This record gives sequence, structure tokens and C-alpha cells, in this order.
Amino acid sequence: MAFFDKLKQSLSKTRESFSEKFDNILKFNKKIDEETFEELEELLISADVGVSTTQMLIEKLKENSKKITTAEELKAVLKEEIMDLFPKENISLTYPTVMLVVGVNGVGKTTSIGKLANIYKNQGKKVILAAADTFRAAAIDQLEIWAQRVGVDVIKHQEGADPASVLFDALQAGKARKADLIICDTAGRLHTKKNLMDELKKLYRVCQKEYPQANVVSLIVLDATTGQNALIQAKMFKEAVNFSGIILTKLDGTAKGGIVIAIASELGIPVWYIGVGEGINDLHEFNSQDFVDAIFA
Amino acid sequence: MAFESLTQKLNDVFKKLRGKGKLSEADVKQAMKEVRLALLEADVNFKVVKDLISKITERAIGQEVMESLTPAQQVIKIVNEELTLLMGSTQSKVDFSKEITIIMLVGLQGSGKTTTAGKLGKLLSKSGKKPLLVAADVYRPAAITQLKIVGEKVGLPVFTMGQQDPVDISKASIDYAKKHNHDVVIIDTAGRLHVDDDLMNELVNISHAINPSEILLVVDSMTGQDAVNVAEEFNNRLQLTGLILTKLDGDSRGGAALSVKAVTGCPIKYVGMGEKLDDLEIFHPERMASRILGMGDVLTLIEKATADFDLKKAQELEDKLRTQSFDLNDFMDQLSQVKKMGSLDQILNMIPGFSPQKLKGVEIDDKELSRVEAIINSMTLEERSNPSIINGSRRKRIAAGSGTAIQDVNRLLKQYAQTKKMIKQFAGSDKSRKRSRQRLPFFNF
Repeated sequence: MAFFDKLKQSLSKTRESFSEKFDNILKFNKKIDEETFEELEELLISADVGVSTTQMLIEKLKENSKKITTAEELKAVLKEEIMDLFPKENISLTYPTVMLVVGVNGVGKTTSIGKLANIYKNQGKKVILAAADTFRAAAIDQLEIWAQRVGVDVIKHQEGADPASVLFDALQAGKARKADLIICDTAGRLHTKKNLMDELKKLYRVCQKEYPQANVVSLIVLDATTGQNALIQAKMFKEAVNFSGIILTKLDGTAKGGIVIAIASELGIPVWYIGVGEGINDLHEFNSQDFVDAIFA
Repeated sequence: MAFESLTQKLNDVFKKLRGKGKLSEADVKQAMKEVRLALLEADVNFKVVKDLISKITERAIGQEVMESLTPAQQVIKIVNEELTLLMGSTQSKVDFSKEITIIMLVGLQGSGKTTTAGKLGKLLSKSGKKPLLVAADVYRPAAITQLKIVGEKVGLPVFTMGQQDPVDISKASIDYAKKHNHDVVIIDTAGRLHVDDDLMNELVNISHAINPSEILLVVDSMTGQDAVNVAEEFNNRLQLTGLILTKLDGDSRGGAALSVKAVTGCPIKYVGMGEKLDDLEIFHPERMASRILGMGDVLTLIEKATADFDLKKAQELEDKLRTQSFDLNDFMDQLSQVKKMGSLDQILNMIPGFSPQKLKGVEIDDKELSRVEAIINSMTLEERSNPSIINGSRRKRIAAGSGTAIQDVNRLLKQYAQTKKMIKQFAGSDKSRKRSRQRLPFFNF
């Protein structure tokens, strides 16, 4: 299974350190005692799983630990607990769809959109990109280069233009050209800037108002290296554009991506895609089974 | 503002401690447990937390503290001291000793290198340097264009050679800088993962080729536990001279700031505080510590005020105040001076005793200032210098012209009248030292 291998490979750094540590802990603590759990707790926290989710997982482990005597069993239980946290949902789009891609600065929105466009174009969909990041210097150029690579159309205005009007034009173009999917790039914004979050809400409203026949789907892009702040980001963006899924980028580094576990546990939001590199094919559908397997393999 | 939440959490712990007259070892241990959680939630690296907590506990359950009259205060003091120590105690400056100061910016993708390059260039040119920006990010689509645009915005030249080898670009840029009398060269490199061997080697090659005075790692302040791994790896390969922390204007708890310094020993030199190209500050560890502990940051506020205020204008204003000929034109000058210092909530954060928690729910509207500007701009020159002639029909016209309501115009005129009255009191109060307690009408949020 090619996808599984790729994920395994990209998570190998995560896996090595995670698994190694895990095995080490169990080697040096043959008996499962309080210290074992303390070290496991540290391990999860160092993977950015977050304090409250970690404590919850450890509590559950403790409850079940009376029956557990071997390391292998403990591993299997922990794996199962983590798996259970992920919502069981598949990506299903009904066309036409307008996809709003949102997130804080520098998480990889534009790059992810390029890769997304490639995925859907390969599925035989007609894709149009809307360059509504009119704030950051050269963001429009960057999206255009991606559009050329993939071979899709892009609707753009000048830098500094009103993002809502770019989206409006893209919606009109989408209707006229009978596009299946309109993917809208937005400027990176910190979730604490109220006026910028309001601007996002406006984009969402424009979609609903101008293209009521279409299905509006928002996706948030999160950087795997982000720590606990990703939780707050997810909450705030959820309020603004009620996104349905997460794109988790930069999983090819040493970042453990544990924040996904925290988000799944606390907010119940599924991960749709993961980004594992800078190439055009480095975006994959997220699969919790594979994800957890790859971590513990 | 970052750190708010950490501040709040620590304060909660301290509050519990304060309530106690005597402290038992168990009390301290309990408090330390909570401090540990607060720090972990703030993304401080778990190894750093472990060290810190054991250090604090050791000091806190020592005799000195237990036998002092106010043990709780002592514990709080120890926590504060250790936190400050963690961030470094003195400001570390950029090394400008060479003829041409070469600054290399490195980091992960999306940490904010290109924007920071522009901001840093602007900050240095303000202090009289002649920086050259160099576009050495040849991988990300449109990265070069982005730097060009940023350069244009801050009024600095950008050296580009297209998508060639970054080592060659860097070398050529130094020759260019020599020829064109630039004394600072800021090299914007491509974002890369610290585990990408080829790209890390490229950085090492650039560094060997041009021998930079500073290699600064740009770190996103929202980074989690991995920040330490990234910083350590970059440091091992490149011998970093410092860090730039970006996106600190969000609500990240900034634990990365605390840990990275502790683990690598590299000082934090600058922090990015906003989206505008002015929003880069020199990092002062002791001031940041006092911000974390909720004590405000007056020094930065004063510096901002003196750096951005126009001396000549201040002199003119003083004359006007003395002769009491303060009119609406001067009023607007004052407003734009305040505006230059940055957004109002940023300024408010630096005022001691001004806890952001208290402000929760209060929207500080920077647009209010623009509205006032619009109103004054809609007046004739005569009206501006002699506002007393503004009658009913003039008010109507001004409101229509500025897109505001008559009430807004009225409010502005009233504020102006109050300000003028206050100035009169100031100017006339030389004899009687009794200062008026009236507040400036513009700061009654």
C-alpha cells in the first residue's frame, strides 16, 4: 500500500523517537508502576498531545492497567485509546462545492491549495482557484504558479483588493464555467484579530448568498509544529467559519503531530488531509488507523 | 498579547499561596505541581519545565524561605527570578563591528523570514544603517517577488539573481553591497526542515562562503515542544548567534520563547509584534519577564514615544501651547502622532497596572482616530483654525462630507473644547502648582 509506506516513511522520525522511547521506558521499568505512567505522560506531552488529553489518556490506561502485565499489552491499549478519539468520518463532497481555506499566517495555506487542486483535478473535477489573499506580498503570484503547475484557472485581482470581491468574481466564474470545485485562498490571520475574523465571516456569507446551490465547506490549515495554541486557533476559526475538517501540514519534520489527538479529543473535529512535503503529490487523505499504526509500528 | 494566559495561570497559583500564613512542604509541592501544568500548557519544553521546577522547589523548601515572615511572597519571588533567568538577563545586541554586517535569516517554512527581513531592514535603516535585502529563497514560488514587494514598501533595495544557486547569490550580493556602500546585508534564505540534510548543508555552505556576523533563527512563537529540537539542530549546524521570535501578537503562551533560550543558550534578539512592517522590536528579556508577570513595560512605551515623535513638531506644539493658539490642525497632528506609535491595544498593553483581562470585551477601535481625521479633513481651512465659526449648517455639511453623523462632529468639537480648556489651565498654572486632575479627553476608554 503506497500511501501507507509514504506516511510511514514521513512519520519515521516521529515513530523512531516515539517507539524507541516507549520501548526504553518499558525496558527499564519491567513492572508497570507509577513511574511508568509518569514517564508515559511526559512522552505524550513532548509529542504536543497537551496536558488535559494526556492526563485523560493516562487515567484510562491506569483504569485498565490492573489486567495488564506486559509492555506489548500496554502499547496496544494506548493505541486503541488514541484511535478511539478520532471521529469516524469520511470526506464526502457534493458538487458544486466552494472550499474556503483558512488559518493563521505561515501554516501553508497556499501550498496546500495547490496540492488540493491537483488531487481534485486528477479525480476529473473542474477546479477554479480564487486568490483572495490580497494582503501578503506576492501571495497571488504564488497561487498563480501553483495553478499553472496543476493546470487550473485562477481568479485574481490586484494586491490590496477586497477579498470578498475576488471571491464574488470567482463564484460568478465558477457558475459560468460550470466548475465543480472553487477553492478560495485567504490571507493568513491570527485568530485574535477580531476585524480580520469578521472579514472571514463575510467571505462565508458571500458564498452562501451568491451561490446558494453550492455546498460551502471550510477547511482550516494547521501547522504540525504548532503547540497548544492550535487548539485555540481551531476553536476561534470554528466560530467564524464553522470549518468541517483540518489540513495538517509539515508532518515531514520531527514535529510529532500530537496536537491532532488533542483536537480530535477536545473538539471532535476530523483531520481530512495531511501534508508531508513540498511536492505537488505530498498531500494525502488522513487515515487515523494508518496514522496511529505508523506512530507505533 | 502573548503570555496573558500564562500570567493569569501563575497569578491564580500565587493567589492560593498568598492566603496562607505558614507554608508546609506539601503546600509548596502542590503549588509547584500547578506551576508545572501552567508551563506545560504554555508549550514550555517538558525538559525545561522539569529542571525549572526542581530548581524552584529546592530553593523554596529551603530554610530561608520557610522561616521567613512571608513565605508565600518568597516563593513567588523565587518563581519570578527563575523565569527571568530562563529568558536571559541582559539584552544582547547585534554585532555591528565589521565593515559590512551580514545577517542571515534561517528557519522552518512559514516562520516569517521574508516579512521579518523587511521589518529588520526598516528597523535598522531607522537607526541610520544602509541595509540591502537579498532574495536567496529560490524554492518557494513567488518568494523573490514577495521580498521585492516588501523591499519596495520599506524603501530598501533588494538584490536578486533569479533562481540561481543561493551560495552564488549570497556571494554576489556582498560584492554588490561593497560597490553600493551598503553597511548591512540581510539574507532571506528559503524555509527548510531541520532534518533535510541537503538543504541544511546549503545553509552551511552559504555561511562558509560569506562568513556572516549574525545567523538568526526565525521562530514562530506558536511552536510547540518541537521548537527546541529545531533550534538545537539549526544551532549544531550553523552556530546561531540569536533568535527572532515572530507572531507574538497572537495569544500564544510563548513557551517556545522560554525554552529555546534555555536549551540552546542563544539569546532572543528581536520579536515580531504585528502585521505592519514597523512591528519588530528589540527584545529586552527583563522587560518581557515583567510583561509576563503583569507589571507592564514602561520603558518600551517611552522609547516608542521618543522614537516616533517628531521633535520639530513637538517644539511647535510647545509654542502653540504657550501662546494658547491651539487649533484643530494641531489637534489632528497630535492624533497622528499617537497613531504612529502603533495600534492602541499594543500601547495599552505596556501600561503598568493595565491588565488585559480587565479590558476583555472592550473593543479598542483604531478606526475612531480615522473618523476624527475624516471629520477634520472635511472642514475648511478657516474652520480648522477658528472652530468657533462652525454653526449648525456647517456641522451638517461636515458630517455629510466625512460620512459621519452630526453627533460625531459635535462630540469632536466638544472634545476639542475640553482639550483647549485643559491647555489653558496648564499654561496658566505656572504660578499655582495645583495641577488639574482632569484626564485627557481622548484617553477615556
